[in-house]
Amino acid sequence: MSTMLDINGLSASIGGKPILKGITLSVPAGEIHAIMGPNGSGKSTLGYVLAGREDYTVTGGTVTFMGQDMLALTPEARAAAGLFLAFQAPVELPGVNNANFLRTALNAIRRSRGESELDAVQFLKLARAEVKRLAMADDMLKRNVNVGFSGGEKKRNEVLQMALLRPRFAVLDETDSGLDIDALKIVADGVNALRGPDFSALVITHHQRLLDHLVPHRVHVLAQGRIVRSGGPELAKELERDGYAAMLAEAA
Amino acid sequence: MNAITGTGTPTGAAGFLARYEALKGSLPGDSTLRAAAAEAFRAQGLPGASRGRRVEAWKYTSLQALGGMSFQSAPPVASAAVPDAAHRIVFAGGHYQAGLSTAVPGFARFADQPDFGILSWPDRDPMVALNTMLAEDGASLTIPAGHDAGVVHLIHTGSDGTAAHPRHTIRLAMGARLTLIDTATGEGAYLHNPVTEIHVADGAVLTHVRIQSESTTAFHMATIYAAVAAGGTYDGFTLNTGGRITRTEIHVLLDGPGAVAHMNGAQLLTGTQHADFTSVVRHAAPKGTSRQTVKNVLSGRSRGVFQGRIEVARGAQGTDGYQMNRALLLSPDAEIDTKPELEIFADDVKCSHGATVGELDAGQLFYLRSRGIPDGEARSILVRAFLAEALDPVTNDTARALLETEVARWWESQTA
Repeated sequence: MSTMLDINGLSASIGGKPILKGITLSVPAGEIHAIMGPNGSGKSTLGYVLAGREDYTVTGGTVTFMGQDMLALTPEARAAAGLFLAFQAPVELPGVNNANFLRTALNAIRRSRGESELDAVQFLKLARAEVKRLAMADDMLKRNVNVGFSGGEKKRNEVLQMALLRPRFAVLDETDSGLDIDALKIVADGVNALRGPDFSALVITHHQRLLDHLVPHRVHVLAQGRIVRSGGPELAKELERDGYAAMLAEAA
Repeated sequence: MNAITGTGTPTGAAGFLARYEALKGSLPGDSTLRAAAAEAFRAQGLPGASRGRRVEAWKYTSLQALGGMSFQSAPPVASAAVPDAAHRIVFAGGHYQAGLSTAVPGFARFADQPDFGILSWPDRDPMVALNTMLAEDGASLTIPAGHDAGVVHLIHTGSDGTAAHPRHTIRLAMGARLTLIDTATGEGAYLHNPVTEIHVADGAVLTHVRIQSESTTAFHMATIYAAVAAGGTYDGFTLNTGGRITRTEIHVLLDGPGAVAHMNGAQLLTGTQHADFTSVVRHAAPKGTSRQTVKNVLSGRSRGVFQGRIEVARGAQGTDGYQMNRALLLSPDAEIDTKPELEIFADDVKCSHGATVGELDAGQLFYLRSRGIPDGEARSILVRAFLAEALDPVTNDTARALLETEVARWWESQTA
């Protein structure tokens, strides 16, 4: 089985403060891995560093994505290569129409893949079908990006973007938090629809609940910037039952 | 003081005073008022052009560059294309162009029926004094009670070497409605120095959309005085994209209970352009509302100025005033100066003001780029979004379309 994403000894800091302290993690093609861990352990930082956010400084290690040195790429080049980060706190873009935003993003990705761009009619047909499948309100395409969206609507809008952009590798940063059980299932279905031998995902979550719908191949526990334990899906159940404190005490 | 050139053509303030001396026997209207305005202008000169004089109202804007120029007196011809609008009043170099205008009910020329109004203060403002001294023509528009006059275009074009001081008066009787689209364009180096007096009677609504896209070598000094009676609305929006040095000075008097003023605007500047947006709203009666958002997009070495003052008179209880100035700096050499002021003499009022200055938001930029949108395109999307929001207060379709066209034209000139 080929490795899609290979993280080796990754360290990163923000404002001089170290957050990631040597993460080593490998996700093979076709697998879904979950990252769990207490608040402040570096889960979101890992997502941002993978996506290329510039206020984080990589201080050591490598990230190889499908054989490419990913840390050398701009955020847009990473997206073009097939990486997608579903934000924990999706950004509001006042004055930017959601449909125009989605179409601009999709066409940028299609250009980079050497595919033809979609015109407004072709795009809307595709987008409306996805909106319906994700049980989103019809007017979400007409509104400004994430402006005035509820927490759940913002998360669904992230899943909509993922469904349209069809990444090879998705990082979902607590996409399940703040969702009711129906929405949770829709998010999980959105990811499951992409599943296949050429799709992998890193699912950052606090809860076992999402993993009931989105069964991971591996579960990793992140604490204080390091992966302290890895295991199968049963590890998530153990965490749900015993909590992080018990595991961290055991790991120490 | 102002230099006299070798050929004997006086420049700056001296040039304007010489022109007044030559014309004063033939200028229309009250000659005593003009003489007083000439005295006031002689005493004050052009702001910033006389050594050692600094006027607080002109703290950030100097007309020294205007002080070195002289202007011809020959009446110019219209240089810019005139929109094919049903109701249009066209001026070129301050003179009415009958051939380019259409018949607009309620219109009269200042040259035929001079009307200096009652709201302006030539002794306080040198550019108003200059206009009062030299105004030869202008539009007088009166909308009768209860009548909806739809959209009227007031168009001014300037041409190289000319100075124009049009004097306009807009009067809406009780319950009348009008959308006035006031456009200023031109070619070359010229001065356009209009003074507009507006009276909005009880329950009347004036939507006043101003599109200033003068030549980038022109001086545009516009002063507007508006008085709004009980339950009336002055809904003003100004888009400034043109000119070398420009000033938009708006005075609104909320004179009756429940009067409303909107003094919104956007300034899009580049190169070494300088645009000053100065406004004073005076709440003189109870339960008045004033709203103002002025957005600036500044690139190159341009400079935006915002001075906003809210005055609440004793007895103007229940006043609701809001004022916001936002600036997006696209270049490290661009500058915004902002001076908000509140002067409140009533105790039951709600007044707030604020200012923000920033570059493009790094979090928004990253979000767009993380979706595969290249950096340059992502920046363009965010600037256009900021501009689109600036136009939000304008709801009239005709005005909105014209503003959007002008904004798109400006943005294309930036990215070309």
